[in-house]
Amino acid sequence: MNSEFGIGAPHFFNIPFKLGLDLQGGMHLIYEADLSGIAKQDKGPVMDGLRDVIERRVNLFGVSEPVVQVQKERLVVELAGVIDQAEAIKQIGKTPFLEFKEQKANFTEIIDNNKKIIESKQGEVEDPFQSTPLTGRYLKKAEVSFGEQTYQPLVLLEFNDEGAKLFADLTEKNVGKELAIYVDGIPLSAPVVQEKISGGKAQISGSFSINEAKKLAQNLNAGALPVPIKLISQQSVGPTLGKVSMEKSLNAGIFGFLAILLFLIVFYRLPGFFAALSLLIYISFMLSLIKIIPITLTLAGIAGFLLSVGMAIDANILIFSRMREELKQGKNFIDALNDGSKRAWPAIRDGNFTTILIGLILFWLGTSFVKGFAFTLIIGNIISMFSAIFITNNLLRGLIPGKLKKLI
Amino acid sequence: MNIPFLKYSKIYYLLSGFLFFSAVLSIVFYGLSFGPDFLGGSILEVEFEKRPENSVILNQLEEFNLGEVIVQPAGQTGAILRLKDVEEDMHQKIILKLNELSKLKELRFEAIGPAIGQELRQKILILVVVSMLALLIYIAISFRKVAFPFSSWQYGLVSIFTLFFDVLITVGLLAYLGRFFNFQFNIPIVTALLTILGYTINDKVIVLDRIRENALTQRHLNSRELLEKSLNQVIFRSISTGSCTLLVLMALFFFGGETLKYFSLTLIAGIVVGTYSSLFLVSPLLLAWLKLRKRD
Repeated sequence: MNSEFGIGAPHFFNIPFKLGLDLQGGMHLIYEADLSGIAKQDKGPVMDGLRDVIERRVNLFGVSEPVVQVQKERLVVELAGVIDQAEAIKQIGKTPFLEFKEQKANFTEIIDNNKKIIESKQGEVEDPFQSTPLTGRYLKKAEVSFGEQTYQPLVLLEFNDEGAKLFADLTEKNVGKELAIYVDGIPLSAPVVQEKISGGKAQISGSFSINEAKKLAQNLNAGALPVPIKLISQQSVGPTLGKVSMEKSLNAGIFGFLAILLFLIVFYRLPGFFAALSLLIYISFMLSLIKIIPITLTLAGIAGFLLSVGMAIDANILIFSRMREELKQGKNFIDALNDGSKRAWPAIRDGNFTTILIGLILFWLGTSFVKGFAFTLIIGNIISMFSAIFITNNLLRGLIPGKLKKLI
Repeated sequence: MNIPFLKYSKIYYLLSGFLFFSAVLSIVFYGLSFGPDFLGGSILEVEFEKRPENSVILNQLEEFNLGEVIVQPAGQTGAILRLKDVEEDMHQKIILKLNELSKLKELRFEAIGPAIGQELRQKILILVVVSMLALLIYIAISFRKVAFPFSSWQYGLVSIFTLFFDVLITVGLLAYLGRFFNFQFNIPIVTALLTILGYTINDKVIVLDRIRENALTQRHLNSRELLEKSLNQVIFRSISTGSCTLLVLMALFFFGGETLKYFSLTLIAGIVVGTYSSLFLVSPLLLAWLKLRKRD
């Protein structure tokens, strides 16, 4: 792209265009966090915690500039470039959600009921445990160890200060009862609490193999999710399609531009040539801006840009038609140019204003596709007004030699 | 060059009426089909090594109970599948299952849950309403000082009516495409429709602006002459600007790839209709209105 559009001051050559997910391939994921059990004032911190955990996970994929963003109760993840998309979603989603649950008041009743249900194979079993405030949110670290007598692998958990306090309260309250440890909604073990435990340490002993225990500890370390999340929207574009889209829209741009040049020169001859020149300046200026700001180029952005190129010519044409009329009235060239420009201005202003107005509304209220389109359209319109009024005007004023004036 | 525009008013009315009713019928009978952006749902685009028949693809997926699945060939060996909103593991199962038919590469996958769909729907509705209001205010302000030979609200109403006409014809075309070419309304299309409004209002403003200017400077003309003179002055500009924009959009339509195809087509249709209605509908309507008033 640089070689084709390497216009602008030389030191911009090295800045690459920033490409959107649809042009380089990538994924846009929206997760919804289940905050039903979280107090209102804790929602912010919990979401931040969630973001940190997911960020750590995402950073392992090695993509450049991953985006992990909190939007109210949602988490937006953007991953660009070539990755195994299915695997990435698995990795993000699989981060275990650790919970400690205590017995419900009618624990034995539910257990009896469940037994009957399982025997008769009718109805649904009820979870005899209920959630407690203690979750993976308060985990400091997890490691693999082995039981002293059984030599079975188990996972040791260590809580942070807040978690240690919660755990102490929970064990105190539940002496003699079972305290169940759930990972991703599945009960792993339900040891009976012997006494209050105040050191902030717990262990999960299930029937693990060593590898399973290792993996669980690893996953818990990488970050147990503070709250469960659900993938509610996914948009992924493979790198092949991204590349194809990029090439196609570039082609479209080049063809469209050449067609306009041809049109201008055929229909407006010399002034058309100058308009084409000012259009070239306009395009290089826009491309430089896109690089410097930088504006992330998406398909929608390219469409907005191309549309603005088509519309950019409008101001030129308005001025030329007015000039022709002035020349017909017998005015000299410079007067015709001045008066023509002056009289074309209200129409140029109004015309661009409506498009900019709609653009602003689109930008303000729109989704990402709409924003990308609206942004380049707005910038394009502003710059094009400038290029028609100042650049074409000055080119005409300065460069047209006496004899050529007759061509207009 | 002096084109007697208003001489052929009847032809414009006939053509406009024909377009108008075709569009209405098309919308009423074919209906508008909305894509996953608005209703939730999934789109899967794949490229096969050797593309199987649509019916074979549907058969292969039957066991998953996916409800209605629409398969559409794309390009040389690609296919686009539209189905309900599926979870990630079902998405992977579908890919594996399709891979049994012929080796495939996944190009694109979108799954939009119903919650997001509903939000987008609301968002777009607000967007449309706000844009309309902004344009109405703009029109009211633009024409507030004009009083001759038409009153400012006449200019305003005629612009609004013709804008409505432009969008209606375009939507009618899209309804037709939806029925016969599996086209679905999505966010880019709504964006395109709003852009059409922003673009074609210019055309109208420029025509009406000329009428306004000539009405002030050339008092000897009667209203018919005034309108014709103004149209003759702006036609070259309207067609030039329209053509330049269309040239770019045509390039996007033919070379720009699948995603931008219907987006650019919508803009093309809107701009063609918009340019037509600015030149051939606005003035006859104004004149007819004036005649009607004189008869009273």
